[in-house]
Amino acid sequence: MTPLFIVLRSLRQHLLSTVVTALSIALAGGLLLSVWVVKTQAQQTFTQVNTGFDAVLGARGSKLQLVLNAIFHLEASPGNVAYADYEFIKTHPLVKRAIPIAVGDNLRGFRIVGTLPELFTDVEYAAGHKFALADGRLWSDDAKEAVLGNFAAHELGLKVGDTFHPFHGLSYDPKNQHADTYVVTGVLAASNTPADKVVWIPLHGLQTMAGHDAKAATDVSAVLIQLRSPTAGFMLDLMYNKQGNRLTFAYPIGAIMAELFGKIGWFDQVLTLIAYLVALVASAGVLVAIYNSMSARQRDIAILRALGARRRTIFGVIVLEASVIGALGMIAAFAVYAVIVAGVATIIQAQTGVRLDVLISNPVMAWAPLGMIALCALGGLLPAWKAYRTDVAAHLAPIS
Amino acid sequence: MSLLILSALKKSFTSPDGERKTIVDVPEFSLAAGQQRALRGESGSGKTTFLHLIAGILAADSGSIRIGDHDMAALGEPARDRLRAQNIGYIFQTFNLLQGYSCLENVMLGMAFGGVSDRGRAAALLERVGLSHRLNHRPSQLSTGQQQRVAVARALANRPRLVLADEPTGNLDRHHARESLALIREACRENGAALLLVSHDPAVLAEFTDVRDFSDINHANREVVS
Repeated sequence: MTPLFIVLRSLRQHLLSTVVTALSIALAGGLLLSVWVVKTQAQQTFTQVNTGFDAVLGARGSKLQLVLNAIFHLEASPGNVAYADYEFIKTHPLVKRAIPIAVGDNLRGFRIVGTLPELFTDVEYAAGHKFALADGRLWSDDAKEAVLGNFAAHELGLKVGDTFHPFHGLSYDPKNQHADTYVVTGVLAASNTPADKVVWIPLHGLQTMAGHDAKAATDVSAVLIQLRSPTAGFMLDLMYNKQGNRLTFAYPIGAIMAELFGKIGWFDQVLTLIAYLVALVASAGVLVAIYNSMSARQRDIAILRALGARRRTIFGVIVLEASVIGALGMIAAFAVYAVIVAGVATIIQAQTGVRLDVLISNPVMAWAPLGMIALCALGGLLPAWKAYRTDVAAHLAPIS
Repeated sequence: MSLLILSALKKSFTSPDGERKTIVDVPEFSLAAGQQRALRGESGSGKTTFLHLIAGILAADSGSIRIGDHDMAALGEPARDRLRAQNIGYIFQTFNLLQGYSCLENVMLGMAFGGVSDRGRAAALLERVGLSHRLNHRPSQLSTGQQQRVAVARALANRPRLVLADEPTGNLDRHHARESLALIREACRENGAALLLVSHDPAVLAEFTDVRDFSDINHANREVVS
């Protein structure tokens, strides 16, 4: 007959109130966990994604736009880079490898990117990981062939041997279909990078797509660059960004993405604040639920006191009850969290190709439950005080 | 040898109109170990307050309440709670069973705050009062008479030296009242507990050889209802 036993009996006796209150804690806790994990995981993931490159060279403009366009395949290209500029950077002694990309077409909303086969044969998109084919083979450089990112292939329902007509522009418009017919020769294995949502074709194919400006047939949209050393990046930054005025050298990619998160930091803060407020309201719900039941409980408390329970025991039982409701709610909160992050991760993957690792351990998994239980315990203090002050004799009626 | 010795015990309350009213004024009272005594008194005469003072549920204004070696009136509330949990069993008119607990758990609660958890003893007590087949029933699933028997078992759970019974048969019909009273008295005897019972029911009082009028021992103003 421990205080915990008395608490469990009380929770059973007030089952509906217990379940409803625990559910509100679960929703609040699940929201808090989700906001926190998605926020930190997204920031961590997106500032680390560089698909194996150190920098991007592109037309004069925003570095962020350049990175989003060339690495994440999200933004429009700020302009073209002349083939001579590509040739120059490719042979620059500070540069280890330079791979051009060309954009401007899509396949039912999935971006078509023209590039060189070296992107798949030579580049490690993450340490020790090269792009691999799940099915088929790479394209032949002069043929109208395509290799599909894993997510794109799945969503488009295309497989090796299927054919398609590209659509002009980055946004899908059925009226803008090109006459060219491409054959799918391969499907990449999932890499959980933006490459998964791209339809890859030979650079030459995109440059010479029917209907494209023939004058820009040798231009590229951007050049993905691997440097020989970190200091090389600063030297090229000086050369292109400070001394030059035609091109933009986006380096380092992680820092540019971190800037983006810095700019939208206020949004994170608003989300976090909302999550905290929801948690606070849920813990207030514990207070209200227990406090409202105190009138009905005072007879039981008086009986326990008459049997020898001390005031502080009763006080402790009520605080423990509030804490147990918090703990039960937080156990359920992990289920709510799993549902929310599964949905959010799917949306993020659909938009960016990046798969968030939401199962990775995060300190919030420890401090949020402890914090919520502590908040609930705080919420239990007022009803516990009322229980502490229960007039035993008055509630053991009738009096003779 | 006296188990319970009261002297110069006083308790007063402030009435709603602000006047201080003395409810209990007992110059002396005693009860020997194992003794069974009934107090006769009308409703509102302060009998419950008197029992609450002995049990330490209420603190006395003055006087002493010696239970064995301890003076209940001189103790702080936590010590009174402990003394009550370890030495006193209480049977209420309305039984005061906890509805969220089974019969067995109700009886175990009777010993829990004295630091004991003896499921076997609780079951044996319920068997003694004829409820071995109702261990896991809730009080609401029992008849009034059965609930009273659970209350008796609970009052004896902590092996009390003193059992206080406040109109214990007040909610029972005559037949069950007689049965229940016999059970209380037998169970107290078997467990070596003294019994102090208050009642205004002549049929109950007739069962005792040692009956005293509460008005004889309580000198307080008897017009006041506690």
